[in-house]
Amino acid sequence: MNARFSVGLMSGALIALISAALPLQAQDRAAIDRGNAKFQHSCAPCHGPGPGDDGRALLPGTDALRIKYRGTTVPAVLEQRSDLPYAALRVFVRQGSMSMPPFRPTELTDREIEDIAAYLAESSRNAAEN
Amino acid sequence: MATRPPGVSEQDFQRALTEFREAVGDDWVFSSDEDLHAYRDHFSYIKDQPNELIPSAAVGPQEVEQVQAIVRTANRYRIPLYAISTGKNFAYGGPSPNVRGSVTVDLKRMNRVLEVDASRNFALVEPGVSYIDLYRYIQERGLKVWIDTPDPGWGSPIGNALDHGIGYTMGFYRDHFGAHCGMEVVLPNGELMRTGMGALPASKSWHEYRHGYGPDPSGLFGQGSFGIVTKMGFRLMPQPEHWRNGLVTVPRRRDFIALVDRVNYMTDLSIIGEPWYGSPLQQLLGNTEFREAALAFNEEEMDRLAAAAGLHSFQVELQFYGSERTTLANWEYAQELISRVVPGARFTDGESLPVPLTHEQIHETTGPYPTNMRRNITQGVPGIGVWYQTGRTEQNPNSWNETHIGLFSLVGRSGEAVFQAQRDFADIATRVGMPSTFPNAIQTGVNWYQFSFLMGNGFALGGAATPEGKQRATVMLRRILEENAKLGYGDYRAPPILQDDVANQYSFNDHALRRFNETLKNAIDPNGILSPGRAGIWPAAYGNLRGSLRG
Repeated sequence: MNARFSVGLMSGALIALISAALPLQAQDRAAIDRGNAKFQHSCAPCHGPGPGDDGRALLPGTDALRIKYRGTTVPAVLEQRSDLPYAALRVFVRQGSMSMPPFRPTELTDREIEDIAAYLAESSRNAAEN
Repeated sequence: MATRPPGVSEQDFQRALTEFREAVGDDWVFSSDEDLHAYRDHFSYIKDQPNELIPSAAVGPQEVEQVQAIVRTANRYRIPLYAISTGKNFAYGGPSPNVRGSVTVDLKRMNRVLEVDASRNFALVEPGVSYIDLYRYIQERGLKVWIDTPDPGWGSPIGNALDHGIGYTMGFYRDHFGAHCGMEVVLPNGELMRTGMGALPASKSWHEYRHGYGPDPSGLFGQGSFGIVTKMGFRLMPQPEHWRNGLVTVPRRRDFIALVDRVNYMTDLSIIGEPWYGSPLQQLLGNTEFREAALAFNEEEMDRLAAAAGLHSFQVELQFYGSERTTLANWEYAQELISRVVPGARFTDGESLPVPLTHEQIHETTGPYPTNMRRNITQGVPGIGVWYQTGRTEQNPNSWNETHIGLFSLVGRSGEAVFQAQRDFADIATRVGMPSTFPNAIQTGVNWYQFSFLMGNGFALGGAATPEGKQRATVMLRRILEENAKLGYGDYRAPPILQDDVANQYSFNDHALRRFNETLKNAIDPNGILSPGRAGIWPAAYGNLRGSLRG
């Protein structure tokens, strides 16, 4: 009886947990998708993995990070970086970094930077798994 | 860093900010140092100096009515405004205003592509739309029209055109202001006006006939301070079926004159796209004998050394848009035209590719001959790849090119004019104490504008990364602008710190043009609230600031 009750309680807790987690996951998924779209729009033209101009192997932002982090394990491609949570990303976006100019809130809102951080967390996980 | 609009009390400034918030919402008025950091010119020559051109606040409208409300508030409190579109006009001031303490009207949120017509070949956009945005809009819909993009392409078609920016496809489209057709403007009193056929309320041809009826004031909004442009139409080039390029080289230095003449002929018959001039003799710069001959403009010796090295003196890379057959016919015609006047000219076939080019074809850098042609921009494909020129390099991994500044002089579109400019620029560089180490004798004009060349003086701003170095460089640039103007060379565009200097050079009949513009400015904008000082046009209310950046 007690055991059945415990199982029933656990099932109930599990259901409660799953029902709480589902909308959270959906929210995360939506944020990641928004972040992906915004990253491709605003960041990838400079920080994507593609080839650069004039025969260069990398786009300017990616190449700059390759030079900056040479000799370390930090990847040059932002989508492979797992160390760019919102707070860190926001500093680079709002302050700029060397030849990267700062971006205004009308170009990227704080919410959009959060979304991009969520996307980078996922894209870097995927890159590590692959 | 906090600052206020000049002559405005703190109380009035706060009232204005309240009204701005009422107009656009609390989230879109910025006045903290942190938020305003991104409204500074990242490449400013006076960064962190007491006279740095920073705004006191920024306001980001999304609708035309909000722009009108902002302008009315600014009039009420006599607050200078400075409108930006995408704020990417780097090398020419970026988002920074001409008057420290201005309120920046950031139009980035007005980012709608309102119409693209791929049959009548035009687009209507808002100022916050970037070239990349417009390109993607067209691609996503499979429309068969091209944009003509500057490089990099993160800027705004409206902002770029208004600052007389340029591109790289066919002549008509390369002049971005020239290719505009109809605009909507919020005037300094907050009233809304449309130019051209847009002034006819029921018009169906706003973006097809730009003159409308009577005087067309569109030019006042190019590098001007007569209104805030909220919509603008642009002519678009229909997507061709085929693209082909080819290289022409001419053996002797003086052959360049006939070469330019024939290329002008083909350009103005719309046979070719942007011609890319250059000199194969760059390969000889490591040869001391040649270098000395070139620095001394010893033409006979240059020709002798070029012939000895088996090199031709000048080259032009031509490009053709059309069908496979018409581009081939035009390339053959180009060879015929040039062969008639330049004995010994050589012709090398380039690529012949169906349009649109693939991603791989656009990034392909090998070919039948070495090329400087940046293929994406010849295909109207915007990107930011060229930004590598400002960033870290293998040689300088811990620094960047923070002295990025744009100055180009208009030069007549002939070989003789280029030769004269080469000598003049070399002489000027010597006179200002910056003798060129790069031989001006092999420098060519760029034909971004269909009907003229642009050329830069050949010198380096070495050591300009420090505040003192930037000050020295600015003094030198001012001197060069003066010397250039004495010989008839004027610049087409400048960053705010040099706009008074450039405007000063356009002084025919005791500055009749500037006086005319300022008469208009004072009549249209009696409080002088819109971009005072832009392009050297100072309204009476801010007249005391003319030349103030000279220190």
